[in-house]
Amino acid sequence: MEQSNTTPREARRRAWPMEKHRVEDWIGRIYTSICVVFLIAVIISIVYFVTSKGVATFAVNGVSLKEFFLGTNWNPQADTPSFGALPFITGSFMVTLLAALIASPLSISAALFMTEIVPSFGKRILQPAIELLSGIPSVVYGFIGLSVIVPFLREHVGGQGIGIGAGALVLSIMILPTITSVAADALASLPRGLREASYALGATRWQTIYRVVLPTVMPALLTGIVLGMARAFGEALAVQMVIGNSPHIPTSLLESASTLTSVITLGMGNTAMGSIQNNALWSMALVLMLMTFVFVLIIRLLERRNRL
Amino acid sequence: MALPFSTEDLSIYYGEYQAVKNISMSFPAQSVTALIGPSGCGKSTFLRSLNRMNDEIAGSRTTGHIWMDGIDLTASSTDVIKLRQRIGMVWQRPNPFFKSIYENIAFGPRYYGTKNRKQLDEIVESSLRKAALWDEVKDRLKESALSLSGGQQQRLCIARALSVTPQILLLDEPASALDPVSTGKVEELISELKDELRIVIVTHNMQQAARVSNYTAYFYLGKLMEHGETDTIFTNPTQQSTQDYIMGRFG
Repeated sequence: MEQSNTTPREARRRAWPMEKHRVEDWIGRIYTSICVVFLIAVIISIVYFVTSKGVATFAVNGVSLKEFFLGTNWNPQADTPSFGALPFITGSFMVTLLAALIASPLSISAALFMTEIVPSFGKRILQPAIELLSGIPSVVYGFIGLSVIVPFLREHVGGQGIGIGAGALVLSIMILPTITSVAADALASLPRGLREASYALGATRWQTIYRVVLPTVMPALLTGIVLGMARAFGEALAVQMVIGNSPHIPTSLLESASTLTSVITLGMGNTAMGSIQNNALWSMALVLMLMTFVFVLIIRLLERRNRL
Repeated sequence: MALPFSTEDLSIYYGEYQAVKNISMSFPAQSVTALIGPSGCGKSTFLRSLNRMNDEIAGSRTTGHIWMDGIDLTASSTDVIKLRQRIGMVWQRPNPFFKSIYENIAFGPRYYGTKNRKQLDEIVESSLRKAALWDEVKDRLKESALSLSGGQQQRLCIARALSVTPQILLLDEPASALDPVSTGKVEELISELKDELRIVIVTHNMQQAARVSNYTAYFYLGKLMEHGETDTIFTNPTQQSTQDYIMGRFG
């Protein structure tokens, strides 16, 4: 008769008491949930903060979108200030694209050498060495750019040495390890059978690389390049040290220019929070953030294609 | 008159380890030779050496001779690229290229001068017909080869090997990753193909060896223990070890 008084819940508790492993499970679940909630909160706060600040330039201060994105005159301190950010946007895109153009063939060739030509040496020595490169702080790259690349360009190519060209060269060295690592991993993960099948049909090593290996890993290679471009686009310090920082659209690779990032780092300390000058910098940060989203989106799309 | 194809005193080393020991055997024309033996007995290594795929493995070394039409294939002067056009290979796991069905077959012929679209179409069709795959894929040649089932992929790989009209086909456990129906199709295919070319097949499946092969060679610890007509090997082996293996007592 007493039995009939137990609710289903109590019956369940009696059948499966809260043992140690179940408690552990619960603690783990709660702890990881808190971490995730924290991460999401941080991301949402950043996005909200940058967006609200960045939009204020247009919504509160009344700068027109047309002036910001298409104007070529940047003079926020003048009596009649102008906020044309086009030179910086073009500067950012130019150094990024140039860096990708320089670094991609080098990185992919290096990855091919490491995985296809000397696989054991490549895996043991070359790949760790290249990964080491990606850990070097950007200020070191900038410093090397300033003391090696800039004088070299000045003496052997012409101009002041500083400018878009120097910035792109420094960035290309910086993103070399990123692209190389991604490409090498992708190449190493290819099924061995693919190469064998090609060899067995009488293809040479070069034909195998060119006609089988590269087309198969192409989406992964593009992912690596986009990752590298994302890094180059967002890099501030190293670029700022060698690009010259003059606010106009350069007509030559040896001309001083600016990028979104370099203008933000140079200008942030000199403007008062909430002022129109400060908000304009936030607008540029917003552009940077949106571009990062675009890069991530492209990588996602490429990965999806890769899986098919 | 078919070309003679045989090995003479062939040994293969991986570093210091001798995986294949002094094997001399011949592969008669228009027939299937099965290589059987327990895992690690060197039969796959031996098979791979026949079209010099072992060259691609670092640290491997070959001594002895492989004779084909009076030419020593192991000689360093032999053009490996040409040799592999004449001796095709299919592996245990289907390994189609990540390309369309059509491109998988056209891949090889493109290298040998055939850029002509019509000629390529013909090669693709005839190779797929020979591999008994044409009817299943003729309407979807542009689709990815990876959309095929495992059994279809394996027949595609056989068709791909046939596309360069080899004289010899090496099969390394071609059906061991397939379901019974696909296995049946591949076995049927082997029986049909042997009229046109010599086939050497490595298999772990005794029934398969008995079904498809004319000759059987039993390998054990890198040595060729016994070699003869399949019927004789399976019903009346001369070596105790062969009998034990065939009866499933070890291996």
